[in-house]
Order: sequence, then structure tokens, then C-alpha cells
Amino acid sequence: MKTEMRFVAFGGQGIVLAGVMMGEAAIADGINAVQSQSYGPESRGGAAKSEVIISDEDIDYPMVVEADCLVALSQPGYDRYVGEVKPDGTILVDRDLVEIDQPPRSGSFYHLPFAKTADKLGNRIVTNVVVLGSVCAITGAVSKEKLAAAVKSNVPGKYLELNLRAFEEGYSLGQEALKRREAEAK
Amino acid sequence: MALDDNKRQYLSRLEGKTYFILGDEACAYGALFAGLDFFAGYPITPASEIAELIASELPKAGGISIQMEDELASMAAIVGASWTGARTMTATSGPGFSLMQENIGYAIMTESPCVVVDVQRSGPSTGQATKPAQGDVLQARWGTHGDHNIIALAPNSVQECFDLVLECFDLADIYRTPVILLMDGEVGHIRESVVMPQVSSIEHASRKIAARSAEVFGGEELVPGMIHYGQGQNVHVTGSTHLANGMRDVTTPHVHDVLIKRIYDKIDKNREKIVRVETDLDDKKKARVGVISYGASARPARGAVRAARAKGKSVDFLRLVTIWPFARTQVADFAKDLDIILVPEMNLGQLSREVERFVSGEVVSVPRIGGIPHTVDEIYDAVMEVVR
Repeated sequence: MKTEMRFVAFGGQGIVLAGVMMGEAAIADGINAVQSQSYGPESRGGAAKSEVIISDEDIDYPMVVEADCLVALSQPGYDRYVGEVKPDGTILVDRDLVEIDQPPRSGSFYHLPFAKTADKLGNRIVTNVVVLGSVCAITGAVSKEKLAAAVKSNVPGKYLELNLRAFEEGYSLGQEALKRREAEAK
Repeated sequence: MALDDNKRQYLSRLEGKTYFILGDEACAYGALFAGLDFFAGYPITPASEIAELIASELPKAGGISIQMEDELASMAAIVGASWTGARTMTATSGPGFSLMQENIGYAIMTESPCVVVDVQRSGPSTGQATKPAQGDVLQARWGTHGDHNIIALAPNSVQECFDLVLECFDLADIYRTPVILLMDGEVGHIRESVVMPQVSSIEHASRKIAARSAEVFGGEELVPGMIHYGQGQNVHVTGSTHLANGMRDVTTPHVHDVLIKRIYDKIDKNREKIVRVETDLDDKKKARVGVISYGASARPARGAVRAARAKGKSVDFLRLVTIWPFARTQVADFAKDLDIILVPEMNLGQLSREVERFVSGEVVSVPRIGGIPHTVDEIYDAVMEVVR
């Protein structure tokens, strides 16, 4: 089983770290992971991309060829990469940062308020961790326990509680979205 | 060389742990486990993370890290420090590696053990500065002038960045020569898991120490012992042609002949001890097609071989862990029954030419430039085009 994940955003939204935490959770789960990133020269505002491949076999190619899961927090990122998702893939898009004329025809599409959820917790900086919670709930690619542990080991103590709350909020957001989808399918 | 208490204490906090880190960071940690004493470097993408981690960690282990004014000085500094008995390293990328070539020659001529890490990026010149490549394969071999041999190893994973840098330090000490860790921007800039070994499980090679300074550059052995600065004996170290005692003699043909042939032979005659390859042969059938690759390219290459086998095609695979000296015996043996050998690499066919020299079958270069590694499918297509 191999999962190719791609996070796209503007620089500063924390998706490189999100990818790293996802990878750390995977190896803690005992499966292989490779994470890579690309970003512009700006520390904030340029295009940023973070990719994680999780597999129980050797990972021959360290980058995403066709994503099983795309997470988009920026309009240009979404526009550029929405066409490179597997037909049965999962697409998670921020409801307030990315405008969608029409959801993509294939795959499971989720338009969720990641940044708004972070705002409600008092700091938009934890948007990336809200995203991780939702990705975990929806894809099940890594265990919730190990992902929460990865969040813990990567955030400064002062912000630990805020980040763990963000993770839980994100997880609930994902679970509810999943339930709605299942209900709709019935 | 045995680790001192400072280093042991520092490493005890790391041993046995699993980290999810960059290949560059794994290389830096590997150097710390190798007992690195002295690092001198100048930042450059995609190698800067090596210097960054070493600058923050090496002093904690009792070592010294200096950011020099440029790559020429960095290389000079690690040669000088090596003569104090220190294990020394620098790290750079293509443009910096070019600047280091003169002093790499000096390290070869003075037989100074040191490790040079080149995290290859797309060139020539500033090229695609942030993109990976394997364009320095021949620069590593022939970048410095004059007749010489070189040792270069190419890791294909983050774990191997750690493992091979340890091996580089040992090879440098055993053969008293600069050793190059030929990484690429791909393995340098991906994160994967690395398991840190137990310090007690690592056996570090030791440098041979000469009894008399008269034999520091000659004598009976291919690799003479060193005399370290501070040991109480005078020793003359020069890049000019010299006698066994280190004193210059740049006019007698025989002196140059003896010196250069010995420096050349100490690697050439130990080729079989130095060289490491990994093979994955299709035992069930007699393959007529093989794939040879190394570094980051070896991963999609191996994936393509697996995919072709899954389609019932018989294909053999060889990965060069050691790039230089070239694995001529291993490659000739691998290729003896093969009609076609594909060589995927992230350049326009630098190593495929070397393969051609030692095989009778047809060698097909599968080049890739532009900053994005071959995909598995691309190499698979190249294999399927020639396999029956």
C-alpha cells in the first residue's frame, strides 16, 4: 500500500513542517516515508509545496507522480495541481482561501474551513496542524496517536496546547466531513 | 581513531535513536559518529544544511567548525587540520567543488586524509542552482590536474548518506587520501528515516603513524605512516614532487615516477578492497538486459527493473556504491552475458562511457538533465524498448 500526498500553499503556511510531521508519524507507525519540498526564495508568500510518500514497500521515487491526496491552501497551488490527482484520490481544500467554481469530477472532494478553525482557536499559524488532523481522519494514512506525537515533538512548548487543540479540532472536522459524505452516499 | 570522552558523551544522546531527517543532516550526523574533529566550509545550496548542523553540533562534541571565506580556503583548512591528527571534512556543491579542485590535488599529493562532500546540483555554472543533478561524476575523477586516483562513494538514500560518510572517513585514513562523498541534491534534500547506531558498534579505522619522519612519503609500503604536527618531529609537507622524507626534488625524473606511481597504486592495487556494488540478479532466467545506476537515479532504476520483472521480463540490476575507483571487475562480470546495458543517470551519460570501456555488450545511456529525476515509468519504458 502506497500513499502519495501533496500539500500546496503559500510559503509561511507551514506545509513543509506538516509534511515532516506526517512522515515522522509514518515511520513511528513502522512504515517507510519520504518527504520532499520545494519553495521560492521568499520566506513567506511564494509558492510552497511539500510532498510525502508513505509505503510499506521500498520507495523507488521520492516525489509524487500522481497524488492520492492533495491538500491545497492557496489558489495558485490548487489550480496548478488539481489535475494531478488519481481518479479515486482525495482532495482537501481550504474553504476560505481557495475559490472553487465547480468541484473536480473525480475523487473525494472536501472544502473545509481549516484557516477559520485556526482563527477561532486564536492563531492562524496553527492552520497546518488543523489540516493534519483532518488529513488523518479522512485518509487514515497514519495513526492518530503517532501523528499527535509528531505534532508534540515539533512545536515549541509555549504553543503545545494550542497545537494539540488545533489537531483535535482538525480531526473532528475531518470526521464530520467523512460522516456527511457517507450519509450522502446512502 | 578512537573517540574521546567529549565525543562519546555527545553521541550517547543520539545512539539508537531513529530520526526523520534530510540526507544532508544524515551526512552531518554520520560525520559526527565518525569522530569528526574539524570542519571548514562555505555555504551553498543544496549542501548548506550539512554545515549548518555541524556548526551547531560539532562544538558540543568538542570539535571545531569554521565558516571560511570561500571554498579554496575551506579545502586548504581541512588539509592543514588533517596533519594535526584531526578527522576533517568540508561540504559543498558543484561550483564550490570546482573551486576546491586545486587543493584536492594538494591533498592527493601530500597524502592528507580528509573527506569532501559534494551535493551535486544542476550546472554548469549557476545552472539550476536549487535542482539536483549527477553532473560532477567526472569532475570527481579528473577535476584536479595530473595523474592521480580518487575514491568516491554515492549514497542513494538518507540512511546511506549517514553510513557512507562513516566509510569515507575510514577509507581516507586507511589510504591517506581525500575521499569524496558524491551525494546529489535529491538524496541531500529528501527526508527519510535514519537509525543512529550504537557508538560501541562502530569500528573506526586508524591512521598509520610513521616511526621516523624520513619515511612519511615513501618506504616499503604503498601507504606510508604519517607524523602529526605536535608529535615532536619535524616533517616537511609540500605539493611539489618530494622524496620519502618530504623534501622537494622537482627535477629528478625517477623521484617523480616513484612518488606518483605509488600514490596512484595505493588505490589502484586496492581496488577490490575499496569497491562496493549491490546486485539484484534475476536468478530464474538468463537475463540479456541489465541496468546499472547509482545515487538517486538508482532508486527509480531499481523500481523499473522490478516493474519489468512483474511483466515477466528478465532484467538484471547493479548499483554502484563506489563510483571511483570504477568497479571494472564487478561490472565486467555482471555484463558478461548481457547484450544490452542501460545506464540511467542525471547527466548526459558521464558514467555510461566508463561502463562502455569494460563490457562487450551495447551500452545505452538513459540521460536526464533539467532538475527532476527520472521517474520509474521513464526508465521502465527504456527497458521495455530493448527487452524481449
